[in-house]
Amino acid sequence: MSLTAEDVNKIAYLARLGINAEDVDAYAKDLSGILALVEQMSAVNTDDVLPMAHPLDQEQRLRADVVTEQDQHELFQAQAPQVESDLYLVPKVIE
Amino acid sequence: MHNKSIAELSQGLAAKQYSSQELTQLFLDRIKQHQELNCFITITEEQALAQAKLADQRIADGNAEPLTGIPIAQKDIFCTKGVKTSCGSKMLDNFVSPYDATVIDKFNNAGAVMLGKLNMDEFAMGSSNETSFYGPVKNPWDINTVPGGSSGGSASAVAARLTPAATGTDTGGSIRQPASLCGITGLKPTYGRVSRYGMIAFASSLDQGGPMARSAEDAALLMQVMAGFDERDSTSVDQPVPDYSANLNDSLEGLKIGVPKQFFGEGLNADIAATIEAAIDEYRKLGAEIKEVSLPNQDLVIPAYYIVAPAECSANLSRFDGVRFGHRCDAPKDLTDLYVRSRGEGFGDEVKRRILIGAYALSSGYYDAYYLKAQKIRRLISDDFKQAFSEVDVIMGPVAPSVAFAIGEKTGDPIEMYLSDIYTIGSNLAGIPAMSIPVGLVENKPVGLQIIGNYFSEQRLLNIAHRFQQATDWHTQAPEGFA
Repeated sequence: MSLTAEDVNKIAYLARLGINAEDVDAYAKDLSGILALVEQMSAVNTDDVLPMAHPLDQEQRLRADVVTEQDQHELFQAQAPQVESDLYLVPKVIE
Repeated sequence: MHNKSIAELSQGLAAKQYSSQELTQLFLDRIKQHQELNCFITITEEQALAQAKLADQRIADGNAEPLTGIPIAQKDIFCTKGVKTSCGSKMLDNFVSPYDATVIDKFNNAGAVMLGKLNMDEFAMGSSNETSFYGPVKNPWDINTVPGGSSGGSASAVAARLTPAATGTDTGGSIRQPASLCGITGLKPTYGRVSRYGMIAFASSLDQGGPMARSAEDAALLMQVMAGFDERDSTSVDQPVPDYSANLNDSLEGLKIGVPKQFFGEGLNADIAATIEAAIDEYRKLGAEIKEVSLPNQDLVIPAYYIVAPAECSANLSRFDGVRFGHRCDAPKDLTDLYVRSRGEGFGDEVKRRILIGAYALSSGYYDAYYLKAQKIRRLISDDFKQAFSEVDVIMGPVAPSVAFAIGEKTGDPIEMYLSDIYTIGSNLAGIPAMSIPVGLVENKPVGLQIIGNYFSEQRLLNIAHRFQQATDWHTQAPEGFA
């Protein structure tokens, strides 16, 4: 599986990831190389194999539905690039 | 003084031969003397001395624990309250964590002193510490070579005696491979043994924190503090923590060691193979039985890993959006521009490659062919270990196919770099614990032996490593100029 520059731009957009135009070909080459490497997997018959999502066969732990965290929004928002009236600011979304 | 073990330092503190403040200052001075290694992203001198003062009081009050007053250093992937936590990335260059990771909490409660935050590959993605936004770390055995990665700052700092011990994290070999390349002792615990809370996520089904030290005995002391159930980590395992120092001296008589033939094939440096075989011979002298085992799907570990890890990485790193914390681009013209440019400017090349591969493998039409397939292969790899552990107690082999390589040697070819982790990735996919201990030198560069165990066998692994270190002195050897 070989990726084109167009493929790379499409994936980069899906991941909302800026890539310099002059680097797109290099990414296409590197990513194609990685996909060629993983291609080995397709030769293995895995029809009856259960996918392994997690190393331990754990069940999701449940806990009582009680408040355990304090409100620390001021502390957390102190990290944010732009905050006003306790709200995170982003460029205008709705016209 | 800087060559003493943690147990010796602890005795010295208890006997009031020196104070924690003196000890802390000594290591801070060494760190400053050896800045050329670039091990630290942040040195927390003021906090360290304040912690040391509190530790001295605690020792005087008779409330000391084994790590009280002992200086250690933390990989910059662990969130530390009020201290910059960068994860080796420009994205988090401005991030001062508002909370402590559970691992940090535990060291604080034990009275350990934090010297600073250690350099690492960006978001733990790399095998040479060259992807760090803060520049490469140098290997004290040869400053023209890499220390390995991603916990390269940790390994280099411990080897250069800038800190008695450090923490690391291991997603595909990031504790063991740098431990091997720098000649120190590193342990990647069973998945779920050490809390991931506050440990910045790369691939959540693989990431695991662990100790990096100069001996198994020291690693056991750190492991005692780090391990344990944490309700704040949804995949933390609720199982009692054994006393990791209690059985260090147990006999190895009758220990069954499996040696997988697939670990000695093409690609392994012949001198390293001979060094590993000599180390296994040493175990034979200690009473162990050696048996060949097979890991038939070993050639699939890199393919499976380079789908599973990037897929999880692309999901985890979607949180860096330029809105809530981290880097934000200047004057975004709309929301998409804000995301695209903040992420484009904040992440380096290797992180971008992995996000792209992951996003591709998870995208509509490719999910079954790549991600689901890789998860099935992961099951086969895990089953290979299960089969092997029905025949033997532990598996031994090399940690890495080569000794420390030159800075810049592999940066042009991502796949060449990925092959550095060919022997370590399997245990991450299976979730089992594994160690690296120094067992020799090739071209005056350290070689690590890998010891892989079954789930929750850390106590036994430390015992097996310790007995080797009682019989040999490879772990006491220091790089020239740092002894």
